[in-house]
Amino acid sequence: MHKIATSDVDWSVIRKDFPILGEQAHGHPLIYFDSAATSQKPRAVIDVLRRYYEHENANVHRGLHELSSRATEAYEKSRQRVADYIGAVRADEIVFTRGTTESINLVAQAWGGKFIREGDVILLTVMEHHSNLVPWQLLAERTGARLRFVGVRDDGTLDLKQLPSLLTPEVKLFAFTHISNSLGTINPVAELCEKAHAVGALTLVDAAQSAGHLPIDVQELGCDFLAFSGHKMCGPTGIGALYGRGEILDSMPPWHGGGEMIVSVTLEKSAFKKAPHRFEAGTPNIAGAIGLAAAIQYIEQIGRPAIFEHDSHLARYAAERLTELPGMRVFGPTEERGALVGFVMDAAHPHDLTTFADQYGLALRGGHHCNQPLMRRFGVSGTTRASFYFYNTTEEIDRMIEILDAAVRFFS
Amino acid sequence: MSPEIEELYQEVILDHSRRPRNFGDLPDAAVRVHGDNPACGDEIHLSVKFDGGGSLHDIKFTGHGCAISQASASLMTMKLKGKSRAEVMEMLDAFHNLVTDATNEAPKTLGDLRVMKGVRNFPQRVKCAMLAWRAVEQALEQGAGEATVSTEPT
Repeated sequence: MHKIATSDVDWSVIRKDFPILGEQAHGHPLIYFDSAATSQKPRAVIDVLRRYYEHENANVHRGLHELSSRATEAYEKSRQRVADYIGAVRADEIVFTRGTTESINLVAQAWGGKFIREGDVILLTVMEHHSNLVPWQLLAERTGARLRFVGVRDDGTLDLKQLPSLLTPEVKLFAFTHISNSLGTINPVAELCEKAHAVGALTLVDAAQSAGHLPIDVQELGCDFLAFSGHKMCGPTGIGALYGRGEILDSMPPWHGGGEMIVSVTLEKSAFKKAPHRFEAGTPNIAGAIGLAAAIQYIEQIGRPAIFEHDSHLARYAAERLTELPGMRVFGPTEERGALVGFVMDAAHPHDLTTFADQYGLALRGGHHCNQPLMRRFGVSGTTRASFYFYNTTEEIDRMIEILDAAVRFFS
Repeated sequence: MSPEIEELYQEVILDHSRRPRNFGDLPDAAVRVHGDNPACGDEIHLSVKFDGGGSLHDIKFTGHGCAISQASASLMTMKLKGKSRAEVMEMLDAFHNLVTDATNEAPKTLGDLRVMKGVRNFPQRVKCAMLAWRAVEQALEQGAGEATVSTEPT
């Protein structure tokens, strides 16, 4: 009854692409259920990183030698691949960053610094990760702008009935997550973007939990900015991207100054390159960008529709099986959810549960998941979270249930 | 069951976490400290009374958190009643060593607190064990009124 077989991908073969999944933890086979924090990496990505350092490594854009040409070409090809992956019109709409957090900070500082004035409103939601909250608090403090928040209903979905009263003409930006990292809620991005645009607001989508899990097309979503991280989608840490609609990126001043981002410099002042290079001061994470492109290529070989079907099935299966345990409270929507499930159990605090599970090789995450306001909204100090990716299996979930069941008996 | 887990969650610890001793508030407390561990959301509210000689006359706590933080607070309050400031500070040092130092011999003076020894195998849980102790340290430093303390430097 819980078969995952509508797509013809052989997931057991795919799983073998991930060397780390053969590891043992505390003498047990590793069950890695923390992919929402960071995903594991397939050999294809690891190999590309090695090949880059063995055959192409040089600085980009400046060198006139063969290796620099190779590195520059590989770096810019990666930008094109990222653009294609999310449906950007052109590669220039992709800024390489360290990840989602830096992407959002870039927008808050460069765009917000220029366009946000006292009395303007930034609309957020109560389910935002701290990375899509704190940068706006800092901006609001600097500019005198105000923050507003769309509430979250008991079932973990956004309270969209509030939108008409929140989305007023003072709102200049509506920034929200695509998939909640604690609840698994998948937000109706296209609808939210349309409503924001109707009052003249721009939109920023935090795609950290979605970019590696489901098809994304920024044209279809209609967003103005989209931020994501490479390391949650099979890529290396320290690389991510910001998509910005071309004319908006071009209207934004630089945020970091330094090499790479200038056309000419005198002692008094400088002229800056166009986007995206104007936002990439200093030597970029070249290997990271190339690794991200390799991760994208790997994901596309499997296909995002198949990945989403597999992942969301795992999450629904886990949510359903968890309710078999006593004193269990599962968070988030039951119908449709991203690849994770958060829960609390009467028997044990999330930290005791994760410590216990870890002793059986099961990697869960316990705590507030950088979602303190959301935890407060649900009246808990933290949750335990199991998050999945396409290399996970229903058998692993069955094992998790056994381990949690043992924990219930141990702690009560 | 792994021996590390058995040692970490000894029966005494589970018992104290389920039925914490000295759980409550002292209405006539000299000092109240609100401690938190922002990394996990654990909280403790400690109230302390001193006697004429400055020793810890009575101590109670409320709050919520994991088994380790709750048991540690419960055991601590039992141990510290009637102790002088110097003794409390000495005990704090000894307890910190107990839960962090793998070679620590668990001195007899720590008494029941020695059941917390297993924490040393779980470096991520040291802050849970230390939360109540950070609060009592703050209470002594403050001496009167209200204070807050965090396991994370701010």
